[in-house]
Amino acid sequence: MASMIERIKVMLGSEPQKPASFSPEAKEWHSMKRMNKADFESLKEHAREHQLVTHKWRNRRWVVLLLSNLLFTFSFWLDIQMLEGALTASRFVGFHLIDLNSALQVMLAHKHIIVNLFIGTATVFFLWVLLGGRSFCSWVCPYHLVAEWFEWLHLKLVDKKIVSDHQFHRGARTIFWVLFALMALISGYTMFETLSPTGILSRALIYGPSLALGWVFLLLMFEVFYSRRAWCRYVCPIGLTYGMVGTLSPVRIMYRLEHCFHEGDCKKVCLVPHVLDMVVKGRAEHTHVPVGPDCTRCGLCVDVCPSGALQFDVKGLSKML
Amino acid sequence: MKDITDTGDGKVRPNDPPEDSDELKSPPGAQRPKVPVRKEANRRKFIRTSALACGVIGLSMAGWLPVANATKTRLRPPGALEEHDFLSSCIKCGQCVQVCPVAAIKLGDIDEGYGIGVPFIDARNQACDFSCDAVQCILACPTGALTYKKPDFTKTRSGMKLAHDPILKAKAKDAEPTLNLKERIGVARLARPEACLAVQGKGFKGQARGANFKGTMRYMSVDRWKPVPVKDHPYERDVCDLCVTECPIADAIKLEEFVGPDGSKRHRPLVLEQCVGCGVCEMICPVEPAAIIIDERKEWKA
Repeated sequence: MASMIERIKVMLGSEPQKPASFSPEAKEWHSMKRMNKADFESLKEHAREHQLVTHKWRNRRWVVLLLSNLLFTFSFWLDIQMLEGALTASRFVGFHLIDLNSALQVMLAHKHIIVNLFIGTATVFFLWVLLGGRSFCSWVCPYHLVAEWFEWLHLKLVDKKIVSDHQFHRGARTIFWVLFALMALISGYTMFETLSPTGILSRALIYGPSLALGWVFLLLMFEVFYSRRAWCRYVCPIGLTYGMVGTLSPVRIMYRLEHCFHEGDCKKVCLVPHVLDMVVKGRAEHTHVPVGPDCTRCGLCVDVCPSGALQFDVKGLSKML
Repeated sequence: MKDITDTGDGKVRPNDPPEDSDELKSPPGAQRPKVPVRKEANRRKFIRTSALACGVIGLSMAGWLPVANATKTRLRPPGALEEHDFLSSCIKCGQCVQVCPVAAIKLGDIDEGYGIGVPFIDARNQACDFSCDAVQCILACPTGALTYKKPDFTKTRSGMKLAHDPILKAKAKDAEPTLNLKERIGVARLARPEACLAVQGKGFKGQARGANFKGTMRYMSVDRWKPVPVKDHPYERDVCDLCVTECPIADAIKLEEFVGPDGSKRHRPLVLEQCVGCGVCEMICPVEPAAIIIDERKEWKA
């Protein structure tokens, strides 16, 4: 419970703290890893040499992301009425689905909740509790995909020392979440929607290009030349909304101390590296540590880890198997 | 490959030092005290973050400008709440767009600020002709921004309420001939009587809006369920009365006789109280620009 609160605090913006105490098994592992440096190094080399370079999870995720977004598009274009609407609100073969953050904005601005709005929001709430909360970001959000492609460009430029990553305080996102909620409540306008690249891209994919894409492009340029993945990391309240929903989700990434060589590749590819604090040598509180709710379950760390220390895990299910 | 290690002071030393941790890059022997450098980095990060916050919030507030500066409101789909309530309650999903059989509904762009993704109708290009019979856009709306019955707390204006449910001409012979629509979305007005063909005593022959017009309409004589392009349905009238005959609503507009300046018999369209503001008259009017137009979101004044 204490570690859960700690993980939520990290999501809201606080720096990850070194755990106060360790489980006996974790302690044992930590000391074992310090004991014979040469053995440890050779094991590490071995793992490196036998690393299976894969993009399994990334490819799966891109396929799911593209298909779910294109299902909206084709549903409208071909008039097959499978998934009508856009990401903000839709109907899947008749069942209402409403994006949690958009629903929140509308509820606060309009101060009136009709039955369909409630049903759609509740459905999506349970859906994402089951599926992992922020997995919405990496598996569905179209801006995430585009930003991922532009991030590659950013990293290339960083590599060539042409640009550098300017980090912001992660607490900014929490402040944005509160401010956008307050502004909707006070002004009665769903102010965030005007800027939301998620909504803009989703609508553009379905209803055709708009001027608003210019804003999305500016955001991407900001991310390429100034700050890596700035919108998703420091601004987007959708991410925090889904992060809170995913707090109790059974789907998460599990860290396994005994397989880890503490090389930090996972942190380098991660959108939210603060959730991977336990991979630092001597930080894991237990031998198995679930990654916190801010994790988007994108699987990049799973793909990149040479020794399989990070794996997808479904609470309860893994034990049963 | 070097390990990432815990330096013991709560700071992690990764393989590649982050941009902010200047103290890690300082050359050996440099007498730069550790704490002030980190303080300086934190200070810069704080300023940067504040600037980001101001920028994003400022931009989101700028979305108010187009709303405040709009000289007139857009024509919203049938069943829309009053403008402010409509902007609050619309979730910008476009489900109304998807169900409209004549594709009359379009979504606002970012130049409309808070009106981004909010549906509107450009009646001259494609009016709502109620060819769906049931006001499908209202049925599709998941948030009640388009609604059959307004909740009591939302604003309304007296002239917006229709005296009785409008009778759809296409359904006139059905057991239930009315549309489930309580309020108008605007009201038609003969804005340029001098251009009106009927006022001039002229007839009309041909395609109402020319060969390039893309708009469609439901013609009961062609197909009740399939709207066809207006250009495929030419007209021939001794006195132009397209706005009256093509109006989908009963008792919303009629042709009124008057005596012209030369003493001859002339006609002009007279908008009646049952006008819902759908915009078919504006779309079908063959003169350019239209002689009869919709005053968007205007109430009825006798």
